[in-house]
Amino acid sequence: MRFKRSALVLLLALLALGTLVAQTTTLNFWTWRPEDTDAYNKLIAVFEKANPGIDVVLTAQKNTEYNTILSAALAGGSGPDVFQSRAYGGLETFAQSGYMEPLEKWVPELKAFDKAPLRGATSIKDGKVYGVPFASQTLFIYYNKAIYKQLGLSVPETWDQFLANLQAMKKAGVLPLANGGKDGWTLEVLQGAICPNFYGANDFFDAVMTGKANFQDPRYVGAIAKLKELTPFMPDLFMGVSYTDMQSSFINELAGHFIGGSFEAGYFSAQNPKLEYDVFPAPVAKKGDKPFVSVYADGNFSMNAGSKNKDAAAKFLKFLAGKTTGDFFIKDLKQVSAVPGADTSTSPYIQKVLSLQKNNTPYIMLVGFRYQQPTGSVLLQAALQGFMAGKFDAAEVGRQVQEGLATWHAPFQKK
Amino acid sequence: MTGKDARKGLWIAFFVLPGLAVVFTIILLPLFMSLFNSLFSWNQLLRGDFVGLGNFRKVFATEPYRTRFFNAIGNNLTWFLVTMLVQNSLGLFFGYLLSRRVPGHEFFKRVIFIPVLFSIVAVGFLWGLYLRPNGLFNGFLKLLGAGSLQRAWLGDENLATFSIIAVNIWRWVGFPSLVFLAAIDNVPVECLEAAYLDGAKEGTIFRRIILPLIVPSITVITVLTIIGSLNVFEQIFTMTGLDGSPNFSTDTIGTLFYRTAFGSVDSGNPEIGVGSAIGVVIYALTFGASILSIATLNRKEVEL
Repeated sequence: MRFKRSALVLLLALLALGTLVAQTTTLNFWTWRPEDTDAYNKLIAVFEKANPGIDVVLTAQKNTEYNTILSAALAGGSGPDVFQSRAYGGLETFAQSGYMEPLEKWVPELKAFDKAPLRGATSIKDGKVYGVPFASQTLFIYYNKAIYKQLGLSVPETWDQFLANLQAMKKAGVLPLANGGKDGWTLEVLQGAICPNFYGANDFFDAVMTGKANFQDPRYVGAIAKLKELTPFMPDLFMGVSYTDMQSSFINELAGHFIGGSFEAGYFSAQNPKLEYDVFPAPVAKKGDKPFVSVYADGNFSMNAGSKNKDAAAKFLKFLAGKTTGDFFIKDLKQVSAVPGADTSTSPYIQKVLSLQKNNTPYIMLVGFRYQQPTGSVLLQAALQGFMAGKFDAAEVGRQVQEGLATWHAPFQKK
Repeated sequence: MTGKDARKGLWIAFFVLPGLAVVFTIILLPLFMSLFNSLFSWNQLLRGDFVGLGNFRKVFATEPYRTRFFNAIGNNLTWFLVTMLVQNSLGLFFGYLLSRRVPGHEFFKRVIFIPVLFSIVAVGFLWGLYLRPNGLFNGFLKLLGAGSLQRAWLGDENLATFSIIAVNIWRWVGFPSLVFLAAIDNVPVECLEAAYLDGAKEGTIFRRIILPLIVPSITVITVLTIIGSLNVFEQIFTMTGLDGSPNFSTDTIGTLFYRTAFGSVDSGNPEIGVGSAIGVVIYALTFGASILSIATLNRKEVEL
């Protein structure tokens, strides 16, 4: 008798549990940021508390394999409901394959977003918005404040002042620049930070987009040639110096400068909380010129067009487009959130980045030339490796980039 | 008799089918899928129109694909030649020394073989660290007073491929060594004794007796080297990345295929049609090279 009763209780308990489980919607959410997993889980907890019944499961894939894993999963019908998606050409791949849900009707908050980040979430083919932009990135120069103080240096404005600071560090036995060339993309970043002030920023960008100028233009070739002036201040055998080597020498205060993107700051501070650093825009050719910084949309949050939980996914995306997420990006990830009206008061660093962004220019290859193969980035990264290693000159870099892009960039073809 | 035969057939099927099913689903099916995919144009991840051999024409005859493809094939050829010359000669040398029972041969046999057991990814990662500009290897050179020989081993266009090949030889030389050791140990003692009695020198015995008798092993190792050199991927992926960095000097058809078919995060979008065409070419090359080498080397085999 007693056995029967306890069995009944157990059965009832199981049934109750079953209905509880049935009420919960599980949203699979993918990012390419394993290093931010803890932070994201904090954000997800806030969302789950406000939305009982939705359970968000975060999976972080390795950055370099993210696209492969994601495209395989989406093609196989087992993709996540909500996922981080790349901007510009990387968005096009998934949007034009029909794996992304257009978001205008699901996430009305998008209307308030700035045009620049939205450009990275908009397909150039159909003009629809396929993502909630999460952050913009800015390219500039980090410097170690303690080393600057110790050597009595001041923040440079012109290229010559910058070179003088590098020289002073070299003389004092400090590695002036952390940058290397083993990973081609870090050279593209170097170009993105330094060159706009020499090739004429937005004017040149508009000119190559419309075909009025090309990459063999003396302005661009001259700007590339400037990069060679930095090699005496790079580490010994800099062509063997990888991205992680670069980071570690700046984090460990072995190097005075690091030319990179705003995305580094969070990692720098997390790895060495005592590191005193600040940033300045790449120096200009002559005093009085206004410095430009390259800016690009980092990526978006997108919805799987084949998701079975679109309503829940939309709720989560609205949350990701909201102020809580914006504040979280600034406070916890030290990223420049794309959410309008996010609170920057907690971070003087973000305020600084935003003030630099006022004079911005598109990060040239990513924004303009990553829509077809060979992309401007592929061409430029390889050519810069040859150039920095001393294999050929800046004119050859311009020629290789131009010749490759002319195979598909229509304005370069008519003549 | 029919009943017995049928039962026998069923038993054979019982043992063979699981294996066949695995081979079919993970080897044959993808192979035909990529052949199929290579005949279509692709709009990003969606299959478009039938284009026949258009993708193959791109790979072989259209810039910039052509330059990339032949550059990659050239690197595969470098892999084959260097591996064949250095690794397999070393393997033959080690195998021979071990077969002569040099002092400590049991110890060396194990030591040489240990790296073969290591995970290829771990080896690539660790050697990637050792070969950094301020890594172990350059530090070692400095210690020896050869600081002027320090190089950016993985960042120098002229050295990167050879550095990766050297690491791979370090990892894999134990395999041909043991194969050759086993082969040499199998050479009948009577033959060797007879030669010694006839006054043949060690060199002559090696050249005239041992070498002809181990041709089957040389065939196997050669075929494996060809296939290995055509398929090389993980070593490059872990040490210099997918982009064939620096400046495409470490690009092989394996990395080119991966990059083209799946895209590369920091630089490009996927082109599945062209990628599949490269995949089919890799398969055809591997298959053709294996058939050819087996056919030609079989003729040199000496039967006792």
